[in-house]
Amino acid sequence: MQKTLFDKIWDAHVVKQVEGGPDVLYIDRHLIHEVTSPVAFLGLKTRGLKVFRPDKTTATPDHNVPTVDQHLSIKDELSRHQVEMLKKNCDEHGIVYHGLGSEGHGVVHIIGPEMGLTQPGMTIVCGDSHTSTHGAFGAIAFGIGTSEVEMVLASQCIMQPKPKKMRITVNGKLGKGVTAKDIALYIISKISTSGGTGHFIEYAGSAITSLSMEGRMTLCNLSIESGARGGMIAPDETTFNYMKGRKYVPQGSDWDKALAKWKELKSDENAVFDTEYTFDASDIEPMITYGTNPGMGMGITKTIPSTDGMEGTDKVTFEKSLRYMGYAPGEKMAGKAIDFVFLGSCTNGRIEDFREFARFVKGKKKAPNVTAWLVPGSKQVENQIRAEGLVEILEDAGFELRQPGCSACLAMNDDKIPAGKYSVSTSNRNFEGRQGPGARTLLASPITAAAAAVTGVITDPRELL
Amino acid sequence: MAYDRFSTITSPAVPLPIENVDTDQIIPARFLKAVERKGFGDNLFRDWRYNADGSPKTDFVLNNPKYSGKILVGGKNFGSGSSREHAAWAIYDYGFRVVVSSFFADIFKGNALNNGLLPVVVEPAFLEKIFSTIEVNPAATFTVNLQEQTFTNDTTGESVRFEINPYKKHCLQNGLDDIDFLVEMKDEIAAFEAR
Repeated sequence: MQKTLFDKIWDAHVVKQVEGGPDVLYIDRHLIHEVTSPVAFLGLKTRGLKVFRPDKTTATPDHNVPTVDQHLSIKDELSRHQVEMLKKNCDEHGIVYHGLGSEGHGVVHIIGPEMGLTQPGMTIVCGDSHTSTHGAFGAIAFGIGTSEVEMVLASQCIMQPKPKKMRITVNGKLGKGVTAKDIALYIISKISTSGGTGHFIEYAGSAITSLSMEGRMTLCNLSIESGARGGMIAPDETTFNYMKGRKYVPQGSDWDKALAKWKELKSDENAVFDTEYTFDASDIEPMITYGTNPGMGMGITKTIPSTDGMEGTDKVTFEKSLRYMGYAPGEKMAGKAIDFVFLGSCTNGRIEDFREFARFVKGKKKAPNVTAWLVPGSKQVENQIRAEGLVEILEDAGFELRQPGCSACLAMNDDKIPAGKYSVSTSNRNFEGRQGPGARTLLASPITAAAAAVTGVITDPRELL
Repeated sequence: MAYDRFSTITSPAVPLPIENVDTDQIIPARFLKAVERKGFGDNLFRDWRYNADGSPKTDFVLNNPKYSGKILVGGKNFGSGSSREHAAWAIYDYGFRVVVSSFFADIFKGNALNNGLLPVVVEPAFLEKIFSTIEVNPAATFTVNLQEQTFTNDTTGESVRFEINPYKKHCLQNGLDDIDFLVEMKDEIAAFEAR
């Protein structure tokens, strides 16, 4: 039978099929952080269990850490306790831990690929929905709850029903100023935040294969925002070139052997997907969101949709959302004033994102009304930004660099957007209060964020390219 | 984790006729700093439920004494967003045992089932009827029968069947979780690794 890439990897990891129930799925790589793991470790303790395969789990604190003065003790007592608890649990169970300030520290979904922990054909899970990021390498990667974190720690397996398969094909060439982030926001605006539910997505088409690994990670990262369990892209030369020589990637003759296997990882020509969508890259503009879920996005030259034709809870929900945002149907987004810009997160906190942002603001100045938080996704990204001389460009333009972490993406630390303020954010969610109670989030690409940062208003970046 | 065995529940329901109720609304990230799982119910729907100064928002349904019960009824795509299991914990800890919607986000659904919280999927039209029944009479009761897999609007007598996979049903009825099952399988898992 013709199989999809997803089928091939999933089927190879099924330890057992439970009658009338989910599959017992073997997990190759488990990433943990401070927020969703402590209760899982507590569960192990209560049951008197040890971690079954400690070498398959890697830990780093990211959600809850400050992005300034990381050499000092964390001020917030609860955050400090959570981070210390992660370290303690890792020490106790023999799990590798990349602490604050260390060379391996960063957002889980940034450090996994950076170190080569993420590899084609693997099953990868983490107690974080954006685990879908790792699918960019042709892996099955998805977010899990804390009970499932405990399952993986206890048995290296979880129990999951096999999702349906969806293929999203984007053909053609992306226009100037249009990035992977725009592809993702465009897709979600078309299929909605629940369009992918119950499915695992494979992205295909010339617009996808022409993306860099960073771009592919951004796209796969946002799969969850369409409701899908995850998204993946078949590995190719771009993938292998990115991986070669990274710390945990096979070396020497092992590399050749692995490479031969990875090259087999693609959907069979006549494999059947449960759902298929096809889009044309030339229809995609730089995107911006205007509402309180990632599906409420549009091309930056467009106007906010009207409520004509909406009824029932659809209409109530849409109106509630615009009321929260302080916007009205029919308004243009371009030209609206903003207060904050956030560059970072597992969506857009990689080196390419900082390069694009820096290239855009080079020789320009940050608008005086804008507060900008530039947060690298990892220590390695931070080091690279410095090594490439991007810090000087950013500083000349009036920006400063913070230290790695999830930061204002979910505002668990002090990086909170004040109530009522508008934030153009390269992160993944524009939910009410996501960036702080009352904060209003506009999701966009790093380039669109850079354009807003220098003009102080929502701006089509193509006008300044 | 241990939770109550699920049998039949007859209760009034709390209506939340909003779509895409995301996990950041159910439990905002700033309340995820605990290292134990208790007390999350206090911050359930925190920013919809309380003003910044901590005073209750009187127009929010959980602050309206007319509404109570063990059943929460939400608009479609309930539980979208993050994988935080704290969302399921908060709903359970507040006292709900069932969430009804026409559509749940996958991770939330899995988390709910792992914590003794039953997600019941009903057709959109039936969901609208539930909302209108509660609007007419906030004390109207509904009956959830897990054994029969039925959800009944006791006012109208209309009953619908809901889906749940037999394994999960067995777990809920017996207060079991997957970890016991997986730990028992260790030899099989080790054999799989050796393949």
